Amino acid sequence: MLHPVVRTILQRLGLGLITLFVVSLILFSSIEFLPGDFGEAVLGQAALPETVAAFRKELGLDLPMHERYFDWLGGILTGDMGNSFSGRGSSGGTDRSRPVIELLAPRLANTLFLASMAAIISVPLALFLGITAALYRGSIYDRMVNAMTLTTISFPEFFVAYLLILVLSSFTKLFPSLANIGPDVDFWERVYLTALPALTLTLVIVAHMMRMTRAAIINLMASPYIEMAELKGASKSEIILQHALPNAWAPIVTVIAFNLAYLVVGVVVVEVVFVYPGVGQLMVDAVTTRDVPVVQGCAMIFAATYILLNLFADIISIITNPRLLHPR
Amino acid sequence: MNTEKSGQKGDLLLEMKDVVIDGYSDDRWHEIIKGVDVTLRRGEIMGLIGESGAGKSTLGLAAMGFARPGCRITSGSIIFDGIDLMKVSEAERRALRGSRIAYVAQSAAASFNPAHPLIAQTVEATVRRGIKPDAEARADARKLYRDLQLPNPDSIGERYPHQVSGGQLQRVMTAMAMSPRPDLIIFDEPTTALDVTTQVEVLASMRRIVEQYNTAAIYITHDLAVVAQMADVIKVLRYGETIEDAETRKMLANPEKAYTKSLWSVRSIEKPEEKSEDIVLKVDHVDASYTGSDKVLDDVTIEVPRGHTVAIVGESGSGKSTTARAITGLLAPSKGQVLFNGKPLPPRLKERSIDQLQKIQMIYQMADTAMNPRQTVRDIIGRPLEFYLGLRGRERDQRLLELLEMIELDETFIDRLPAELSGGQKQRICIARALAASPELIICDEVTSALDQIVQKGILELLLRLQRELGLTYIFITHDIATVKAISDQIVVMLEGRVVEQGMKSEILSPPYPEYTKLLLSSVPEMDPDWLTGLLAERERESSSNP
Repeated sequence: MLHPVVRTILQRLGLGLITLFVVSLILFSSIEFLPGDFGEAVLGQAALPETVAAFRKELGLDLPMHERYFDWLGGILTGDMGNSFSGRGSSGGTDRSRPVIELLAPRLANTLFLASMAAIISVPLALFLGITAALYRGSIYDRMVNAMTLTTISFPEFFVAYLLILVLSSFTKLFPSLANIGPDVDFWERVYLTALPALTLTLVIVAHMMRMTRAAIINLMASPYIEMAELKGASKSEIILQHALPNAWAPIVTVIAFNLAYLVVGVVVVEVVFVYPGVGQLMVDAVTTRDVPVVQGCAMIFAATYILLNLFADIISIITNPRLLHPR
Repeated sequence: MNTEKSGQKGDLLLEMKDVVIDGYSDDRWHEIIKGVDVTLRRGEIMGLIGESGAGKSTLGLAAMGFARPGCRITSGSIIFDGIDLMKVSEAERRALRGSRIAYVAQSAAASFNPAHPLIAQTVEATVRRGIKPDAEARADARKLYRDLQLPNPDSIGERYPHQVSGGQLQRVMTAMAMSPRPDLIIFDEPTTALDVTTQVEVLASMRRIVEQYNTAAIYITHDLAVVAQMADVIKVLRYGETIEDAETRKMLANPEKAYTKSLWSVRSIEKPEEKSEDIVLKVDHVDASYTGSDKVLDDVTIEVPRGHTVAIVGESGSGKSTTARAITGLLAPSKGQVLFNGKPLPPRLKERSIDQLQKIQMIYQMADTAMNPRQTVRDIIGRPLEFYLGLRGRERDQRLLELLEMIELDETFIDRLPAELSGGQKQRICIARALAASPELIICDEVTSALDQIVQKGILELLLRLQRELGLTYIFITHDIATVKAISDQIVVMLEGRVVEQGMKSEILSPPYPEYTKLLLSSVPEMDPDWLTGLLAERERESSSNP
């Protein structure tokens, strides 16, 4: 007999896999139904129909859709996402196309690096600000924190980015304005180069997490057990840290997961501003050139990120809920 | 026997003089405690009684120098063992709370933090104030659990609040209050949420432990019979003012003020029982379960005569409410059927016709949660008029006013929201909503147990009058024997999903009793201050004579 928590986690994991499968199905078919054709896009409108047909055959685009789908899916399961369309000899010349994985892997590493940087700064910051704002609810501090985080979330990302470049790069020369890191940059250099984009992202996401932390705690402050803690002589900070926070994790981690997912999948604007070689840019480029395998690869990674982080949030919610962790 | 205490029994411990407390509502402050004095000596228990809204809890919390959000102590003095709580700093007041003055709340289930094991919460204040080191405090807590006769006293502390029953939680909370060995404990309606059978055990263990450690207490309740068992002196409070102060026996024997006498006379409704063979509803050998395996109802058969009242009694978990769910179709029986006017009702709510739905209505315990807080009285009562009877516009409003008149409320109530009504008025609106469907049978699920005795009396009298005038049939689910006596013709006693006894009121309420009915009946507190002592002695004798 499995512990109910383990069982629930396995269930969630299974559901996550099913969701991912459904996503792959939707993704593949929706790209399939897009108007236009890679062959024509590459060869031009003037290309002879025979040339286009030959090109399509070479790429395997002439096979029936379900065959291609299972091919693709089988490839993904074995770590092969197919080859990129671009770089293929349009006239049947030398094949310079590269596997999607090869294109994607370094970009993904960069994206995850930037996301981790931003998360390491923003999550503790948001929790700290949220808890202290709840502690000093209604004070000047509370109002300042609220106003400031609201301000930063209200500006568009590129504006925050340029503002930071202006202040921290152009005026003070503290950080470089470009974050075009290459493969041989060492760790600390990377941290230095990605400081500004990470800071931009922090400013963008901290408000949401901080406000949820504050609200989740304040929401519990009217509970009878909080009054009981007060009547047992606990101080305000003891009440919040020992009595409110342990019961507030579920909503907080949900919002944190949501924002962490955003750090991976939604940062294309910031990447463009700082010329940062991340997955977002790769996907946008692939869409403009109709490089279907790359688009599909990127989209699958984004979907997996969302599902994984939400799964993680669910698991934390479950293990911080004593009713589930310690059943009757 | 107690050597830890600095003072002697009988020394002055708490003196509150001319305390005034304001509450904020309707955009202004008004006085909710209007100059009350309290004098309490070491080892003494004071009962504080009155209806809800009398200011009992507010006054009890003021003894800790504490005012709830939205309240403020404006004047008067509160002197606890020589310390003027109104003059010292908040930090000094906080140092007293949970160490020298402790609090036991009404709803133990809500007042324990769901995230921590019980023992951690029991010793929290004791350890924080450095009264005992953690290990010692935990050992002491286990001893207190044993003193309070909790099952598995050595391990129950490792459990979480949701893992133990309400009666056990209430005792753990008493242990929590006792852990720092306070001089004073405020008990705020600690047994109101419990069954009578559980209440007896909790009362007995509370009384024993405050005696054992010579702790003074303020015992807040609206149940006179309970306070009679616990208190040395009684203070009657109404609208924030003292009505009467006296020693318990003296006040019970000879209350001076008219209001006090009216509190005493509440349990006086008595309805003559009538026999009838005209069966309107029959629950026929019904089994039911929620999970599919564990039976919550086991072969339940109940016959309900037309125009009469059947009371279903039993402690929580006995299957009373589940029976109601099976009758209304909220839970389909796994075996057996429900017959209405001789014809079987479809087991599931969805399969029943509007006509069948209309004939059976329900009134719930919590009038608060049974109404949409954003709907006015007009919408709440008007909806069944439209849905069942197709009444619209002027016709509907006409009927609405008739219904309001039936429940003794005037037309000014028609556009009010539930939040603008008192507890008793809310329950009246719920009654009107049930009546609006013109039902034959109304199932009343603990409809008076959240109300004060005086309000309870009003509701019961209303229900009885409606039954006489409209020929209604009631199924009355309750755990309160006084209510049963007041309203029923027949009684069904349930235990663990089975009917253990049923029959006319006079048969059930007179000897010889089956074992469980006897336990249930003997657990209902009586006004006699020696009742609990007598009951415990009798039970002890019985258990020693037939092991």
